[in-house]
Amino acid sequence: MSARIGPAGIGRSSVPLGTYYAVLIAMLYVPLAILLLFSLTRGGGLSFPLGPLSLDSYASVLSSDALLSSARNSVIVGIGSSTAATALGTMVAILMLRYQFRGQRLLVALAILPLIVPFVVLGVALLVLFRAVGMPLSLWTVGAGHAVVAIPFVLLIVAARLNGVDPRLEEAAMDLGATYPVTLVRVVLPIIAPALVSAWLTAFTVSFDEFALALFLAGPSPTFPVYLYSQLRFASRFPVLIAMAVLLMIGTLALVLVAERIRRLRT
Amino acid sequence: MLGRRSTFWLLTIPPLLWLLLFFVAPVILMGLMSVREDVGRSFFNFPKPTLDQYGIVLEETSYLRLLGLSAFMALVVGVVATALAFPIAYFLTFRAGERANFYLILLLIPFWTSYLLRVMAWKLMLGSEGVVNSFLVWTGAIHSPLEFLLYNRGTVIVTLVYVWIPFAVLPIYAAMARIDRPLLEAAADLGAGPWPRFWRVTLPLAMPGAVAAFFMVFIPTIGEYVTPLLVGGSSGSMYGNLIQDFFTKSADLPLGSALAVVMLAVTIALVAIAARLINVRRFAAL
Repeated sequence: MSARIGPAGIGRSSVPLGTYYAVLIAMLYVPLAILLLFSLTRGGGLSFPLGPLSLDSYASVLSSDALLSSARNSVIVGIGSSTAATALGTMVAILMLRYQFRGQRLLVALAILPLIVPFVVLGVALLVLFRAVGMPLSLWTVGAGHAVVAIPFVLLIVAARLNGVDPRLEEAAMDLGATYPVTLVRVVLPIIAPALVSAWLTAFTVSFDEFALALFLAGPSPTFPVYLYSQLRFASRFPVLIAMAVLLMIGTLALVLVAERIRRLRT
Repeated sequence: MLGRRSTFWLLTIPPLLWLLLFFVAPVILMGLMSVREDVGRSFFNFPKPTLDQYGIVLEETSYLRLLGLSAFMALVVGVVATALAFPIAYFLTFRAGERANFYLILLLIPFWTSYLLRVMAWKLMLGSEGVVNSFLVWTGAIHSPLEFLLYNRGTVIVTLVYVWIPFAVLPIYAAMARIDRPLLEAAADLGAGPWPRFWRVTLPLAMPGAVAAFFMVFIPTIGEYVTPLLVGGSSGSMYGNLIQDFFTKSADLPLGSALAVVMLAVTIALVAIAARLINVRRFAAL
């Protein structure tokens, strides 16, 4: 998105709004800075005056098996659910823009609706389902729920891109003898690839940080947010937990920034 | 050969099945659970349906009052977060110039930080042994920690606003960035000063984004239970905590389901009314 500077907006000076932005950013980062400071203290107390700082908690991340396995669980659920959601949401996007059929609006509405259902409601509803059919809670049950809540995001991102693709390209491919599935895979998907990447990453970040659903559905193998929550009452565990979260955040951030680069290169 | 027509089912069945299994079926089963007297031994051994649970929801006035209060809190959080986000979107669109993307990413980094930890950070700041209190005691400004900083509705609202501001900027920024600059130039040529241009051109065109931002904050907030759990204490709990309690602590699934059905109905009704009020078509055209 490029914003041209013109005779637009109120006044010319960027000082008042720039100051507002700076103050707000500072307020957003203060709690994060406190977290970071916390991860550098020993023993979990953060009160004035500050004690000596150390990187111990970052080292002990690697020696905590439960912590590492919860992070691994989150990665598994994230990859699985965002892959499923990307595939399913893209199918709905194609159905929405390339077909006309009875019940089309209903299907699209159904795929968008998870966006307005409060997570606590969906969480307990899924819990009722899994109990009713006697399915034990696992990473699968968390993943199923995460895929449902990610489908609307995928649909919106992919449909926006597909909307700009000329349907005549598909007709040309089919005139040249390609079946429709082949046309989708070899013509349409490559064109909308940047949107697919961006949809997948959005779904992944939604799943990776999701707690409200996962608390109900995780069962014996917690995802990272669920594990984090279970440990929050032990103040002494804090620095290690935050250290882990900081490391995960750096990873996510790198992923997002790299993907953004890829998306720009292609477009 | 597989044409468009025969591909149709290939594309329809997977998403339809998934949504029916993991979205529609759970909601229906939850509805069925809410008209049961108790959980019983097997779910599929249907007893005679009863509306007792809904009777309890209506009779126990504190439940519905908490729902009203949660809707009110969501309203406050939505309005405040949108209002605080609006000038940021304006800054990014009209003032930041080429560095807009950098400023946007700087704004979004907190949003990519663990939600639980961002909420926890407020507990660390406001708790009786937290940063604020220990700092004030250390400087001698106060003698004993201030207890009112944490565990009440105000703290929940402040924390939620903090959590949602970066997210609220996005739809407003998207709407503003699409405003045609020639429109503003035309308004200027026709003699409109900066403020009339803002009130009569920029604001109306950015409004759909602001409304979208409000709802993107309001909807998750009305069903919120995590933030009250961490910084709300017993006096700051929300309707979502009630539902969560019935499914975990007291394991009264039928009553919990009835409460969840009420919450779902209220949320969908509010969104439907809003969609009617703000003319969705005009939005889509923008």
